Amino acid sequence: MIRIENLCYSAGGQLILSGVNAEIEPGRVTALVGPNGAGKSTLLSLIGGLTEAGSGTVEVCGRRIEAWHRAELSLTLTTLRQQTHIVPRLTVRELVAFGRYPHSRGHLNEMDDVHIAQAMEDMELAPLADRQLDTLSGGQRQRALIAMCLAQTTQIMLLDEPLNNLDLNFSRRVMEVVRDRSRAGRAIVTVLHDLTIAARTADQIIALKNGRVMASGPPSTVITPEILSDLYDADVEVYQVGGKPVVLPI
Amino acid sequence: MPLRLLFVGLAAYVFSAFLFLTLDVRADWGFILAFRGPKLVALTVVAVAVAVSTLVFQTITANRILTPAILGFDALYVLIQTVLVLFIGGAGRSGLHGLPLFTLEAGLMVVLALLLFHALLRRSHDLNRLVLTGIVLGILLRSISSLISRLIDPSEYAFVMANSYAGFNNVDLDLLWIACGVTATLVLVIWFRSRQLDVVALGADTSRVLGVEHRLEARRLMTAVSLLVAVSTALVGPIVFFGLLVCAITYLLAGTWRHAILLPLSALFGASLLITCQTLFERVLNLQSNVLVVIDGAGGLIFLYLLYLGSRR
Repeated sequence: MIRIENLCYSAGGQLILSGVNAEIEPGRVTALVGPNGAGKSTLLSLIGGLTEAGSGTVEVCGRRIEAWHRAELSLTLTTLRQQTHIVPRLTVRELVAFGRYPHSRGHLNEMDDVHIAQAMEDMELAPLADRQLDTLSGGQRQRALIAMCLAQTTQIMLLDEPLNNLDLNFSRRVMEVVRDRSRAGRAIVTVLHDLTIAARTADQIIALKNGRVMASGPPSTVITPEILSDLYDADVEVYQVGGKPVVLPI
Repeated sequence: MPLRLLFVGLAAYVFSAFLFLTLDVRADWGFILAFRGPKLVALTVVAVAVAVSTLVFQTITANRILTPAILGFDALYVLIQTVLVLFIGGAGRSGLHGLPLFTLEAGLMVVLALLLFHALLRRSHDLNRLVLTGIVLGILLRSISSLISRLIDPSEYAFVMANSYAGFNNVDLDLLWIACGVTATLVLVIWFRSRQLDVVALGADTSRVLGVEHRLEARRLMTAVSLLVAVSTALVGPIVFFGLLVCAITYLLAGTWRHAILLPLSALFGASLLITCQTLFERVLNLQSNVLVVIDGAGGLIFLYLLYLGSRR
């Protein structure tokens, strides 16, 4: 579904990504992990066509990302950005409804209403539906932004730190929804800092360091004390609790 | 609620236009329409052009304390007047009227704006850089005007001053209908893109995620904005803060972010405000001074107030 070949990107004379190769398949959750400044958000931005690559290729559904018309791409791929400009007087429902814009061009029909309602239910936003965005907490706003991406009902979802500002309960909720969407055949690529959540949710993990892929594969092969200690330049231990991995710094 | 506001705006416009046409009438209707009618149309055209262009500019730049005038249109207009007086003299400048001058002034302003947009937005999409460059360009043009003015005879310079302020008393009728047609067409084109504008308001990245090519859309809209400002400036002269005042009132009253409502509402509020102030000035206070100088002053105070509010948040 997504093929990345020898992708390089520089900004301000500094190499951000170098020779990145990856394949992302439908029906799977791929987690991008790594220390701050490793190039995770840049990689997501390049996959989503929001930034132009220096060299190398990104193919989405067999077509190079530059060849996609923006309107057409928005029916196939959505991106949740880390920082999003907020229009103050927009209500939660209105923001989520924007997720249907690629389909409706602003003229919502009954099917659009169904998808909007589903996305709001998934993020438990019904009680906040008529609240304006500038009156919400950071976590509530994050849920509204995720719901907008969900309402877009695309085959590919790129989520940059979706758990930002979310409490324990909603972090779990978001990852459940992400898993459900992947089971329905969608390709999900998400940047995660919580390695325990990454290990439990992702089917594939790509570990980036200094703009290069340091390790990639199923969680069992990447979430190991050796790789993680090397990745973060810190001592890390991986415990098994109830048969599931828990990652802790020592 | 927003629809009701549109009716209120429409009623305010009709009422202000009615007052402007009928207050203190001492002649028959034929004379009134011939004398006051074109002035009413000029007030409406300028108010609509300035209000809509400011609203769109604020949406594109995601900044509610900016006006397109900040890009240096007023400074270029004053420079054109100064250069004309330098080369053909004050009397020659006063003799210049009609389509050629209008086309020259509007054309130069549009060319300046397009050069600015295409030079700065071709590769990067840094609107802040565009705005800052516009400010610097405005300062440069004002400095050039100031330098040239030293070469002009002081009595001739009075012609520059006379043409450097916006006024509705000597609007050319032929140009008025051209400006009216251009403004109406552009406002309609922008209104039909209201939904894209709603998406553009979400910012560059979100717009692109939702399928709107923000850079292309911003360039199209900026071109329409520069045309509107150029036409309005060439018709009556430079207006700096009026748009800011109108948009601040519109946002305050509208309670919506939908451009399908905001655009007509700002146009109606702007026209009502300008016509009411002109009526008060001319008919009630019997003042001959230029109403736009006072309104621009009030807009400037609003600008400072918005800055103050922004700094407190």
